[in-house]
Amino acid sequence: MDPFTDTLQRLREAFGSGRTRPAEFRAAQLRGLGRFLRENKQLLQGALAQDLHKSAFEGDVSEIIICQNEVDLALKNLHAWMKDESVAKNLFTQLDSAFIRKEPFGLVLIVAPWNYPVNLTLVPLVGALAAGNCVVLKPSEISKGTEKVLAEVLPRYLDQSCFAVVLGGPEETGQLLKHKFDYILFTGSPRVGKIIMAAATKHLTPVTLELGGKNPCYVDDDCDPQTVANRVAWFRYFNTGQTCVAPDYVLCSPEMQARLLPALQSAITRFYGEDPQSSPDLGRIINHKHFQRLRDLLSCGRVAIGGQSDESECYIAPTVLVDVQETEPVMQEEIFGPILPIMNVRGLDEAIDFINRREKPLALYAFSNSNQVVNRMLDRTSSGSFGGNEGFMYMTLSSMPLGGVGNSGMGRYHGKFSFDTFSHHRACLLSCSGLEKLNAIRYPPYSEWKQQLISWALGKQSCTLL
Amino acid sequence: MEREVQRVRAAFRSGRSRPLTFRRQQLKALRRMVQEREKDILAAITADLSKSELNAYSQEVISVLGEIDLMLEKLPEWAAATPARKNLLTMLDEAYIQPEPLGVVLIIGAWNYPFVLTIQPLIGAIAAGNAVIVKPSEISENTATTLAELLPQYLDQDLYAVINGGVEETTELLKHRFDHILYTGNATVGKIVMEAAAKHLTPVTLELGGKSPCYVDRDCDLDVACRRIAWGKYMNCGQTCIAPDYVLCEPALQDQIVQKMKDAVKEFYGENIKESPDYERIINLRHFKRILSLLEGQKVAFGGETDEATRYIAPTILTDVDPGSKVMQEEIFGPVLPIVPVKSAEEAVRFINEREKPLALYIFSQDNKLTKWLIDHTSSGGVTGNDVIMHFMLSSLPFGGVGSSGMGAYHGKYSFDTFSHQRPCLLKSLKREGANKLRYPPNSPSKVDWAKFFLLRRFSRGKLRLLLLTLLGVLVAVLIKAGHC
Repeated sequence: MDPFTDTLQRLREAFGSGRTRPAEFRAAQLRGLGRFLRENKQLLQGALAQDLHKSAFEGDVSEIIICQNEVDLALKNLHAWMKDESVAKNLFTQLDSAFIRKEPFGLVLIVAPWNYPVNLTLVPLVGALAAGNCVVLKPSEISKGTEKVLAEVLPRYLDQSCFAVVLGGPEETGQLLKHKFDYILFTGSPRVGKIIMAAATKHLTPVTLELGGKNPCYVDDDCDPQTVANRVAWFRYFNTGQTCVAPDYVLCSPEMQARLLPALQSAITRFYGEDPQSSPDLGRIINHKHFQRLRDLLSCGRVAIGGQSDESECYIAPTVLVDVQETEPVMQEEIFGPILPIMNVRGLDEAIDFINRREKPLALYAFSNSNQVVNRMLDRTSSGSFGGNEGFMYMTLSSMPLGGVGNSGMGRYHGKFSFDTFSHHRACLLSCSGLEKLNAIRYPPYSEWKQQLISWALGKQSCTLL
Repeated sequence: MEREVQRVRAAFRSGRSRPLTFRRQQLKALRRMVQEREKDILAAITADLSKSELNAYSQEVISVLGEIDLMLEKLPEWAAATPARKNLLTMLDEAYIQPEPLGVVLIIGAWNYPFVLTIQPLIGAIAAGNAVIVKPSEISENTATTLAELLPQYLDQDLYAVINGGVEETTELLKHRFDHILYTGNATVGKIVMEAAAKHLTPVTLELGGKSPCYVDRDCDLDVACRRIAWGKYMNCGQTCIAPDYVLCEPALQDQIVQKMKDAVKEFYGENIKESPDYERIINLRHFKRILSLLEGQKVAFGGETDEATRYIAPTILTDVDPGSKVMQEEIFGPVLPIVPVKSAEEAVRFINEREKPLALYIFSQDNKLTKWLIDHTSSGGVTGNDVIMHFMLSSLPFGGVGSSGMGAYHGKYSFDTFSHQRPCLLKSLKREGANKLRYPPNSPSKVDWAKFFLLRRFSRGKLRLLLLTLLGVLVAVLIKAGHC
């Protein structure tokens, strides 16, 4: 017995009735979402603390505030985004009306991960609702606290004929994916991304896949080690390293490494104190499975900083590894934890080669006082996004899309990009019936004079019109 | 094949295809190819589709030349970084989105417009800085052969390759990894392409098809409507992905439509249609027989003549067609126009929405409100009102499907964007580290408030005004004090 059939049928019918299309309805849903965030802030922070030992600060800046911003942005811009977009016309269509109509796809599925369980579920939801779709949300079963809040409390704030939360693990998700959706946005690992895309193929469903990879962080010799260490450490250990755009590993010269290590130690101590385990600002690993995986990685290379762990709390200390081989597990998989390996390279070119030998990452970071170095790294590599002398601060900018390339994903969202992602851009050309005489040129038979006229007229300009 | 794919990839890695000057040079070479070898290209197309040279030129070559010129003109603008709006936190940083090539693009062409449907995507892929492998349709063999001969003579031979072959070769090709695949064809093969792409997480643009409905309202200029429908339907012998597939209209209109279309067909192709140089033939025997079978049991109001030897099917109209019949189950892709009577626009909308989303929707009506209503209550890749096909011709409009008619779009800037990765970049300085202390742990409630100030949009604007007023007040106080001194 398929538990999803009825729900999906209901949502499809609601979409077919046209309920979700008027701007008022969409705005009401967005306002409902905004109210949910405001009225349940404590509840959400509690869930995040339960799931990831996330501090209120991190919960605010990386989850709740981001969602609120997206809701506000969508509400403010909804009418502008929904408007038909006029397009340039050519000579022959001057009297016509040519525009792009943004339309909802229909039934959208959002499959969310556990590491930013509020952000990565609700920010896509904002876009899907603003674009006028009916939405099925599949939060991660691994972040149980947040899953519960989303399943039990969120639906009360939204029109439940057009919105549903479905629960379950890999098996249920597999069953869910057998159904037809009109768009799927998935955030997670490349391995599961392939499964999602293969399932989407059966119904020719377009997808946005927000995946991951190993995000390189190049540290040039020409820089201030303490500044770099502050920034790298902050972005690495934020959310206990469980961030898809976190710097995954550092590439630098042995000389730089020697200067970086004490600076990193200093940053870590300043951030989390002498005993990071007792710092309220350091989170925990999501579950035992990932804890074990990360603990095993601690035996790669040599522990230069940290290395402590405590299974009872799923605690892993902010750690830096050195003398790491490329073939070791810590350099083979996305770390997704508070472990930072340092690989030595003899300069920018070797770093670029190293990076280009591997899959395109979701993010790429380069630290240097020299603009030239930063720009060269930018020009000769590819990645979802790029940070120069900075970590993933661009995530706070709704004018910058979040999306991968190659193995790190396809498609993008955030801000207006979300609205566009969840909309079909329908090309519309409305001609008038009059002036039919002008059209005579395009109809057969193509006599001598017509041939000459066409060739002349179209040879003169770069329009693609018969 | 393995070697060729690797060669193209290695060529991309060399970075040669990236500088704008190189891309312009290749596009200009492509234009030279089209101009200098026009005769060869037209000969190939006409051989494949029994098409007149003028039709081949106006239907295919013109679009290609137009697209090349558009790319050349707009390339500097489109390839440039777009600055992104910043927030307070990033005020002093550089934030922009930089378009980049994806890598190696695979373009799988179709046989119905074998030149433009292969070359137009190629133009976009080159403009975006990629290396490209082109796989023309083997069914339009002459064009496939000609492209394989001509492209290497004008374009960089390592970066742009033509690989020819049938189902077996294409399957083999699809096992390789590409950075984008653009496929034009049918949904069945579209799924095969997407499935292969999923193995490598390769993004795809699928230009598929379906049954494009054509709604004819009683309130419209029927003469003009029928002429335009006849033009779009019988062009290329109906083998056009955006041809009006079938007509929906009130029963009373059927006879008039048949008559007026008959007149238009006579005007276009003369009394003896077979003799007209402007009327094409069906591509091969398999499709000929397929279309023939769609006529079984139907009321042929006009046309219906066929000649297997030349694969000729006359411009045909069927009336009072039963929605359940074979001709209404698959994309016709031939010169057969079924008319399905409906009682009203509402019924037409219901009819359309019960079916897969089409690639195109056509509406003939003088009533603008009705047209808008029809657009609002349906979905399709694109729409042309009071005409057919034309939305394809405007390069400022994206060309693509939705649902089973496809995903993604191209033409003009949409081609450039489809074949690019738009990479967001945030460049900061290593100075002013003091300002960052705000964000580092250990955290405190006051830090949260500051975070809200910088990040929360509503909050920051109100507070910013307060801050500015305060500063103004301080400034005024200072000025007054200075005045006193």
